Amino acid sequence: MLYNIFIDPFMQMAAAPDLLVQALWEGLVSGVLYALIALGFVLIFKASGVFNFAQGIMVVFAALTLVGLHEKGVPAWLAVLLTLGVMLILAISVERVVLRPLVNQPDIILFMATFGLTYVLIGLGEIIFGGEPKQMITEELFLPRGVIELNILGGRVLLQKIDIAAAVIASLMIVALALFFQYTRIGRALRAVADSHKAALSVGISLNQIWVIVWFAAGLVALITGIMWGARSDVSFALQTIALKALPVLILGGFTSVPGAIVGGLIIGLGEKIAEFYWGPLVGGGIENWIAYVIALGFLMVRPQGLFGDKIIERI
Amino acid sequence: MKPEKKIEPGEQLLSVENVTLRFGGVKAITDVSFDIRKGEVRAIIGPNGAGKTSMLNVINGFYHPQEGRITYRGETRAKMRPHVAATQGIARTFQNVALFKGMSTLDNIMVGRTLKMHKSFFWQLFRHGPAMDEEIEHRKFVEEIIDFLEIEHIRKVPVGKLPYGLQKRVELGRALAMEPELLLLDEPMAGMNLEEKEDMCRFILDTKEQYGTTIALIEHDMGVVMDLSDRVVVLEYGIKIADGTPEEVKSNQKVIDAYLGVAH
Amino acid sequence: MFYREAGQFKKTYQADMAVFPILQDRIGLGIIVAVAALIIPFFGSHFFISTVMIPFLVFSLAAMGLNIVTGYTGLISLGTGAFMGVGAYACYKLTTYFPDVNLIIWIIASGVFSATIGALFGLPSLRIKGFYLAVATLAAQFFLEWCFVRVPWLFNYNASGAIEVPERTILGIAITGARADPTARYLVLLGIVVFMTWIASNILHGRVGRTFMAVRDMDIAAELMGIRLLPAKLLAFALSSFYCGVAGACMMFLWYGGGEASDAFNINQSFNILFMVIIGGLGSLIGCFLGAALLNIVPVALKFGLPSLGVPIGGATAEHINLLIVGGLIIFFLIVEPHGLARLWQITKQKLRTWPFPY
Repeated sequence: MLYNIFIDPFMQMAAAPDLLVQALWEGLVSGVLYALIALGFVLIFKASGVFNFAQGIMVVFAALTLVGLHEKGVPAWLAVLLTLGVMLILAISVERVVLRPLVNQPDIILFMATFGLTYVLIGLGEIIFGGEPKQMITEELFLPRGVIELNILGGRVLLQKIDIAAAVIASLMIVALALFFQYTRIGRALRAVADSHKAALSVGISLNQIWVIVWFAAGLVALITGIMWGARSDVSFALQTIALKALPVLILGGFTSVPGAIVGGLIIGLGEKIAEFYWGPLVGGGIENWIAYVIALGFLMVRPQGLFGDKIIERI
Repeated sequence: MKPEKKIEPGEQLLSVENVTLRFGGVKAITDVSFDIRKGEVRAIIGPNGAGKTSMLNVINGFYHPQEGRITYRGETRAKMRPHVAATQGIARTFQNVALFKGMSTLDNIMVGRTLKMHKSFFWQLFRHGPAMDEEIEHRKFVEEIIDFLEIEHIRKVPVGKLPYGLQKRVELGRALAMEPELLLLDEPMAGMNLEEKEDMCRFILDTKEQYGTTIALIEHDMGVVMDLSDRVVVLEYGIKIADGTPEEVKSNQKVIDAYLGVAH
Repeated sequence: MFYREAGQFKKTYQADMAVFPILQDRIGLGIIVAVAALIIPFFGSHFFISTVMIPFLVFSLAAMGLNIVTGYTGLISLGTGAFMGVGAYACYKLTTYFPDVNLIIWIIASGVFSATIGALFGLPSLRIKGFYLAVATLAAQFFLEWCFVRVPWLFNYNASGAIEVPERTILGIAITGARADPTARYLVLLGIVVFMTWIASNILHGRVGRTFMAVRDMDIAAELMGIRLLPAKLLAFALSSFYCGVAGACMMFLWYGGGEASDAFNINQSFNILFMVIIGGLGSLIGCFLGAALLNIVPVALKFGLPSLGVPIGGATAEHINLLIVGGLIIFFLIVEPHGLARLWQITKQKLRTWPFPY
């Protein structure tokens, strides 16, 4: 038994390095996607202090809108634009209907409000576009298909082209966001709001405007995530449990740290793939569903503030 | 420090020896020693950021100092969780009122009785028999405190809805319900008007008289401090600069400098 | 006009500390219980009892469980569904091993198992607070859900991979299994719910309840009052999971009559019950019932009510509209009345008290 847990998996890794590389790659790719969901979340948490439970659903909603519009005969480029429009409308209505009336309420109330938002989005999405799974329109969006075969380490490693594209696009987007935060006027305002709402208000930054901007930015991130994810599997609300995986990522990375979200995403993605691949068979498989949470939980016990969070000093 | 110290009657209840408290690289308290004697009102004063609240936090175990010793009732304590301080008879109020906002005045004060209630969980299930007798017995005690603090009219009001002055009073009541031996008051009169301050002073003095409680308080109003306290310790930037009777402290040059500033 | 407390003076602390100090409230409660126990079983149709009343009672019980930990102690738990599942499986195992023991005993006893598991997953609550804790409870949800599917011992190696509820009788009357009459199941369930509500009310109005609320409102101050946080939080988790476990056992045995856990005890069930608690009112026992009633009525009304009024509506569409309405209601309630239906109820009572001359 102990042998099976502590030694055998490593033997397997050493015996078939090509499989290990394959598992690492798959973990890395899903890690990137987790990181993207977490990123949208961090944007919103930083600027409005809202723990946006609906971020995962926004990903599905965005992807569904895109595919749904295309199904109804809208050309791909227009569908993308229209979806962006929908995300903007969503951002504005969230700000009007949810954030503005709930300003100054305890965080936990806002958190619960995003539960409500989650359900509204699911209900809306299914009523408009139907509940059945859909195919992502990869070709129309000029996304590559097919596989690259690498003959390394005495074996074959398969890399999906779409995965490579996802990794590249995700990196580009993260760089773009970082630059935006660092060097633009709005970016500065966002950082100011993140530090202190009141101080930002007092120097004339419009909170409402900032909120619309971040929710739209999160929507944009959601759309891109949705396209990438949808290309790997179907587009349907069954994705929402996968979207919940962004939560352990956030715990690892800390709620306010963009690098944290990325590193956390990669750790979770790699960790769960490796665990599933090498340790899963011991208990009958399927541990991918919960291992991420257990990793995060164990981590929390050691460092409650996350990887990149500051140490919490309690005051009274 | 004053060379001559007037010895007050009463034995030592708590002594703080060479306590140093750091947060990362910041020193909140540096090598501070003083004592609190039974039955006295001991004031801790000093400018903002002098480490007064941190000192109280050290005393009731919320912060753990890196160096120094604290002896309470003759026992030198190691690291200790705050709830242990409570069992040893140390109660406190807070600078920014820390009441249980969703609960009524009555329930808030009843929470102060928690440590004195021992009936098992089994009886709690039925809220009859011993559990109910116990509730009633403690309710009587709590009603006495409510009488004493003159807050009968707000007995069943959720404390979140009360004005600040009354909240402070309820908080004092909650601390008194613990029947503490040592009561730590962190700015009990902050933000009060004159009338409320006078009331609060009266309650503090009555507490000392009626329950024989030893009191350590932090306060910024010098008039109040001079009137109420038996002895005063003065902190500045985490360092003790004076210790003695109110008169001694008042005439101490260092204290005057600390409060009025010195020409450099 | 009839709702007056004038003239009802309390002469003892005991009378003043009663859960319902006002006479009219006690009468009202008596009437509600009498209607539920005497009128509904005889005049309610089987359809009404099995689609409205039984789910309502099961959900009320589960909401009560969640409210203990989330509403009273302030610890968000997203593992309710899983803890209910633990209760259901525990009850299943117990009643297969000891088929002769009265099922009601096993339903209550299964709560002990879920309480243990709940306390175990509550351990992180000492170091983790708020949102972090909510995510930590998801670990419980997904891990337990996985166990329900992957550990065949739990469902007695059934080919279906599901709980197959055996027939159990009380006084010769079948209360579970295919022959059980909805009315019999309803009455058993009602008894359990009334009893457990009474216990919950006792606990929450006494020392333990105050401890929970103190931890919720200001944990640091509570600790300085001598409350030990870890035992208090663990007790809250255990008690909460106990109620959820019993609710889960009731759900499986008295309502579903068997079925797959992945449907009944998944993450959506956890959310569903959280919503009942939010809409009903955090930190209120009456709120549990009100929330469960509302969230139970909306889908039934959409599914059966609208078609009977001649509005054609498919089952799937009804479900989607239901999601939309529930989500909207949550946002609505959080904005208008964060304390939920329970607070609206109190306000109504206050209005009644002074009606018709409110000044």
